[in-house]
Amino acid sequence: MAEKKSLITILQEKQEELGYLSTDTLYKIAEETGNAPARVLGVATFYTQFRLQPVGKYLIMLCKGTACHVNGADGIEKAICEELGIADGGTTEDGLFSLKTVACLGCCSLSPAMMINDDTYGSLTPAKAVEILREIRKGEQQ
Amino acid sequence: MKIVIGKGSCGIAAGALKIESELRTLLADNACEIGIAGCIGMCFLEPIVDIYAHGVLLRRLVRVSQSDCKTIAEAVKTENLSLVDDLTVSDEDNTFLAKQTRIALRNCGLIDPENIDAYIEADGYKALGKALAMSPEDVIEEIKVSGLAGRGGAGFPTWFKWNAARQSEGEEKYLICNADEGDPGAFMDRAVIESDPHALLEGMLIAAYAIGAKEAFVYVRAEYPLAIVRLQKAIEDATAKGYLGENILGSGFSCHVRIKAGAGAFVCGEETALIESLEGKRGMPRLKPPFPAQKGYEDKPSNINNVETFANVAWIINHGGAAFAAMGTENSKGTKVFALTGKIKRGGLVEIPMGLTLREVIYDIGGGIRDDKKFKAVQLGGPSGGCIPEELLDTIIDYKALSATGAIMGSGGMVVMDENTCMVNMARFFLDFTTKESCGKCVHCRIGTRRMFEILTRITNGEGQTGDIELLEELCEGIRGGALCGLGQTAPNPVLTTIRYFRDEYEAHINEKRCPADECAALRSFAINKEKCIGCGLCAKKCPVAAITGERKQPHTIDPEKCIKCGVCFTVCPVKAVTKNGGEANG
Repeated sequence: MAEKKSLITILQEKQEELGYLSTDTLYKIAEETGNAPARVLGVATFYTQFRLQPVGKYLIMLCKGTACHVNGADGIEKAICEELGIADGGTTEDGLFSLKTVACLGCCSLSPAMMINDDTYGSLTPAKAVEILREIRKGEQQ
Repeated sequence: MKIVIGKGSCGIAAGALKIESELRTLLADNACEIGIAGCIGMCFLEPIVDIYAHGVLLRRLVRVSQSDCKTIAEAVKTENLSLVDDLTVSDEDNTFLAKQTRIALRNCGLIDPENIDAYIEADGYKALGKALAMSPEDVIEEIKVSGLAGRGGAGFPTWFKWNAARQSEGEEKYLICNADEGDPGAFMDRAVIESDPHALLEGMLIAAYAIGAKEAFVYVRAEYPLAIVRLQKAIEDATAKGYLGENILGSGFSCHVRIKAGAGAFVCGEETALIESLEGKRGMPRLKPPFPAQKGYEDKPSNINNVETFANVAWIINHGGAAFAAMGTENSKGTKVFALTGKIKRGGLVEIPMGLTLREVIYDIGGGIRDDKKFKAVQLGGPSGGCIPEELLDTIIDYKALSATGAIMGSGGMVVMDENTCMVNMARFFLDFTTKESCGKCVHCRIGTRRMFEILTRITNGEGQTGDIELLEELCEGIRGGALCGLGQTAPNPVLTTIRYFRDEYEAHINEKRCPADECAALRSFAINKEKCIGCGLCAKKCPVAAITGERKQPHTIDPEKCIKCGVCFTVCPVKAVTKNGGEANG
């Protein structure tokens, strides 16, 4: 069945293809879909899934859902930020890590939890989180 | 024998994939069949491996690690299950399932979600055939008799919405499933789709028939990739078998179901915002009326229900509305699924008949508080709900009874908190969430939640002022009355309930600059007693942010600028030289 793609679907597909949505990409989509660029940017900034900046090789999605909050997600965030020298939403200078806090990964029974790319890590402590990052960095340096 | 590995997201995160491949390798030359299932809801025991013979569960093995696989393979090969005694679920942990009544979750964790035949064997798609032989009005009547109400949070009678959409003029109508489970702490929709996608599809098809929709959508969070994959397969398999698509089961009724991946916005759980998002726009709620039943997707009559609501439908058609209505209370019929998490011993998904008390769920099913700490509160309904204190634990699970406490039934998030959870910080946490998720359309919600968040942040930083509580209450009133949609109208609930039940904690923060739960980092401090420190360096080694320095065998010091106040040094110090809040050492 032929289906008119919604703007959200188009943005999702572009991001999947390019990794993020650059200003150029957004203008191009606006032109191709006959939308005002402001409308395209409006949709792209409304939803948390869309990234307007490139992300690091390892995207850390730190869950800040209720269960993770109760079990100490704030401390994990601080430890990660301190270790990487970035804030939420930032990317390390070497382009290795990006940190993004998310509302809920739905792994509440493993709280506090984070995902790095496709791998989920649960029952974190600040020290354990830092150790995981150091392991990844070590693996990269070898 | 047959081995079944629990492969919901929780199980996979706990390592189910490695266990599956290990067992497949070890049992490659054995006649034992290896299958998968979704989530049984006992998340605290994942990864779970079940051993069946002739359809009967012989053993449920829990917290299985990769190194256990050899023993499991050996037990299966030799048919000597006493080898896995140590891995078998304990009677105590099994009580988790004892008080449950499973309708929406009836197949979860029991059947292979990727195999339509497994669903059909479990009486799947029987209700669809039965419904198609009834008139749409009779189907709606059956749902009315059942008393089924919207499980997404609002608890609106399902039949009423169906009927309104049915009565609406127009040939083209849409059925929409709200699977944009954004409430942090709730994951039952994910579990249902991952574990029993056909139950959702069957419920949707019956609803589509009842309202007269030929097109249906499932709007599912992009954060649930596994759910999307399994649902897509279910749609393809159901289409191939003639349960979906053109002329379903030869009835002349046709319906197509499509998946739309959401892009991450909590407000899209609100039905009109969800419709905007389906149309590719910013998900900002519309003014009601017109209701979606009159003007919904593409301005056509539309009906939106939540995943759990749909998951009940086939059971109701099969067993009759009266059987469903026989469970529960006067004004809340049937069962409800809860995601039991937080500081609880046995966390996971539970489905219980309405009318049980919160205490029964938390203590009898959940096993009480972890580490034998003291219960403080249970949070129901996520950012729209509230915190219920210990004295109200005998409140029954019922839409009206829960609303009377200031909380709501909500979508079923049930987060348990102990004495170490700060209730002011909890309120701040939810306001942080609503501030970020407010779509910005209504001024009261957009700016009011921001102001509340700022005040709560100030209080938790030890900068609270006299009058802050009253100011918060005033803002709550304004937002409640001035917001268009449920997100804004209910955003004050976490603040109002914590003020109502835990006012003393607010006052301690404001007046004494003290956090009674010892959670607020700004009100915490750690120092090393130079006299006692032996310079072993353990604290410096364990400190995750390198805030502790000192020469070997010399007293160490903590840099307060760097310190994140996690308390690791306090816990690990072998000579109790680290002091907290200027007070005692860890004793």
